[in-house]
Amino acid sequence: MSTSPRYRAAARMIAAIGVVSLAAACAGAGTGGTGGTGGTAGGETGGYPGQNITFVVPFSAGGPTDTVTRMIAEPMAAKLGGKVVVQNVEGAGGTVGAGEVARAEPDGYTVLMHHIGMSTAPALYQNLGYQPLESFEMVGLVTEVPMTIIARKDFAPATLQDLVTHVKANADKVTLANAGIGAASHLCGLLFQTATGVKVQEVPYEGTGPALTDLVGGQVDFMCDQTTNTSGQISAGEVKAYAVTTPERVKSLPDLPTTAEAGLPALEVSVWHGLYVPKGTPQDVVQKLSEALKTALADQKVVDQMAKLGTAPVPAEDATPQAHRTKLEEQLGTWAKVIADAGIKAS
Amino acid sequence: MELLDNIALGLSTALLITNVLYCFLGVLLGTAIGVLPGIGPTATVAMLLPITFSFEPVTALIMLAGIYYGAQYGGSTTAILINLPGESSAAVTALDGHAMARQGRAGAALAAAAIGSFVAGTLATVALAVAAPPLARVALRFGPAEYFSLVLFGLIVSIALARGTALKALAMIFLGVLLGTVGQDIYTGTPRFTFEQRELYGGIDFVSVAVGMFGVAEILRNLENQQTRTAIVSKVKNLWPTREDRRRMAGPILRGTGLGAALGVLPGGGHVLASFTSYAVEKRISKRQQEFGHGAIEGVAGPESANNAAAQTSFIPLLTLGLPAHPVMALMVGAFIVHGITPGPNVITEEPALFWGLIASMWIGNVLLVLLNLPLIGMWVRMLRIPYQVLFPMIILFASIGTYSLGFNAYDVYAIAIFGLLGYLLIKCGCEPAPLLLGFVLGPLLEENLRRALIISRGDASVFFTRPISAALLVLTVAALVITVLPAIRRRREMVFTEDE
Repeated sequence: MSTSPRYRAAARMIAAIGVVSLAAACAGAGTGGTGGTGGTAGGETGGYPGQNITFVVPFSAGGPTDTVTRMIAEPMAAKLGGKVVVQNVEGAGGTVGAGEVARAEPDGYTVLMHHIGMSTAPALYQNLGYQPLESFEMVGLVTEVPMTIIARKDFAPATLQDLVTHVKANADKVTLANAGIGAASHLCGLLFQTATGVKVQEVPYEGTGPALTDLVGGQVDFMCDQTTNTSGQISAGEVKAYAVTTPERVKSLPDLPTTAEAGLPALEVSVWHGLYVPKGTPQDVVQKLSEALKTALADQKVVDQMAKLGTAPVPAEDATPQAHRTKLEEQLGTWAKVIADAGIKAS
Repeated sequence: MELLDNIALGLSTALLITNVLYCFLGVLLGTAIGVLPGIGPTATVAMLLPITFSFEPVTALIMLAGIYYGAQYGGSTTAILINLPGESSAAVTALDGHAMARQGRAGAALAAAAIGSFVAGTLATVALAVAAPPLARVALRFGPAEYFSLVLFGLIVSIALARGTALKALAMIFLGVLLGTVGQDIYTGTPRFTFEQRELYGGIDFVSVAVGMFGVAEILRNLENQQTRTAIVSKVKNLWPTREDRRRMAGPILRGTGLGAALGVLPGGGHVLASFTSYAVEKRISKRQQEFGHGAIEGVAGPESANNAAAQTSFIPLLTLGLPAHPVMALMVGAFIVHGITPGPNVITEEPALFWGLIASMWIGNVLLVLLNLPLIGMWVRMLRIPYQVLFPMIILFASIGTYSLGFNAYDVYAIAIFGLLGYLLIKCGCEPAPLLLGFVLGPLLEENLRRALIISRGDASVFFTRPISAALLVLTVAALVITVLPAIRRRREMVFTEDE
């Protein structure tokens, strides 16, 4: 029995499998970006970017934060004259990905996209392993996604004022859904309870999808979530909407009053997103990234895509390290108090 | 007739040359990533989403949907060939599919999976076209209490997965449930069994457990055996199912399709139950129960059909209500929105060409998948003749790459090694990994819905009995339990008698 044809066939097979596998691996994982580090020349920055830049998204692929990152990645890469690879490093409310970037080489090749969770994590998690203000350089704000207060279709209250009255009178019956500890919907729900002074029964879900499903199905009473997730159900009339939580109305939902207009100005919150690099990244690299961010946010395609998601890029003056730092400082203070008052701990 | 008009509209959209092309591209990509353990459709769809921004909306959605159900097709291939399931549904396929492969009948197993998937996909697409909106309304009546009772029912019925002693099977289920509790509790935020490792907060990934317990444990077992160390099978028997096979496949395919289509509609995790339940049903009603686990073609055809039917009907809540049942569906919601279409009940009326085009494309996609997969069977089967010392390092390499790419979490890769070792030890002790996976998948669902139902009812456990759907499911559960236990008692009595003689 000759073994050589068998071996040849085997080699061919392996080659074929290898090609298919690697192609799929690349499709799945970005263009082969590996770990969080990757700097070669830490000192010289004139040639930046000399290699692929990795944008770390600390949440799952396909979520709102991931979508926003992928939207701006391409125009930013074009401006920088390099290539940007998006990598999802999930876990523990975004703290795994953030921690990884905090420990990465400060050379500008590892960039973190994070949202409001950057300012809530210190209050929620013990032994975080990084400090938002000390472990990172801020690059700039990206977008502030408005949130909406919605309820099941047949829920009695008609306006936000009615809702507050109803919740106060039926605090032992009403249920408030959210997408899990530290999720935007959880934070907004906390603010609602702080603003109205009523403690209601919260019903956590694993993500927005299941929570919204049970709200449409009438299993829970109300919730507060990003327009990215809720505007479809609102315009289809599948849920009742009371207000949007930003100072201004949202273009895609022009009839929906703001919380201030509807009589609850204390409830103002948005899911703000920002870009970070590890502490110690050269200032000119931070500047380059910030300039590229500004260019991307001014790109009409990005503006249009964000509008479809019910949000908009921040004004150019907010896409700067200084504005970003101010926002983060203010938010850290706000959430430390809200979370401590509610007595919540994630670890 | 209105339905015919709609289908004609759908076909005229789906058959546009660009749409067929992107449908093919989608299912091809789906098959490729399905074959690889680890890399799932979620990451692929997320990656390709921005590329589709420039497409026509219907073209983009056709391609993204193709990736999803194409991956369901591909997932069974490695489960059958090398006992490496990439998804919970494929874990069931591995039980009898890989046993068939070891007997030289990999071709028949792959064909059964492909044909079953095709029939299921076709019939489920019809269900989608005829009854999507009313089905979705029914699905919405499932709240936490109903899901709890449904999962409990599924768990009891699926105990049939176990071979050997009931005690060992129960122990494995409990171990699985225990492993499923690892991670941050979603209700209180308390970390459970995380040993202060933040990487474990998200829990242990299913793929790591499945790849370890099935794939790596299988490799370890093969390596101690001189014969299998050279190649998995030396002789490949007929490449196609025999007439006897085809006769045995028909029933399981149809039952699996019905079961999968019904469960897939439920957005709260029905699709997870589909293949487990189908396997249990086939084993229960089969006259050849002893063959299950040792290469019964029914055990491949049924679950594969159920899984594909569920994949198809899980589009129902998305298309009719805009509610995602699965991370891939959540991405599709994003795709809708980016293209300026608001997913929800209005899609059918406002965008009929898109709605019916997408549905028609699913049927075209299923045809393409069969055309793509049947000729590949010969090639896949030849892979089994690769010398094992060459094959097994490749398997481990690709499994590690795939698993790492899930979330760039090194712990997922460590988990493969740990569960490989654990799986090997359990096999040595005569314990089967399948019940463990069952507990691992269903345990968290059971806990989550039990607690949620009780939170909403303020601790009143009577909700499980006063809500009609939940009560009916609990009655079924008790019935299933009685059917399972009765024969065992009778048999024991007979055994007692034989010993007396």
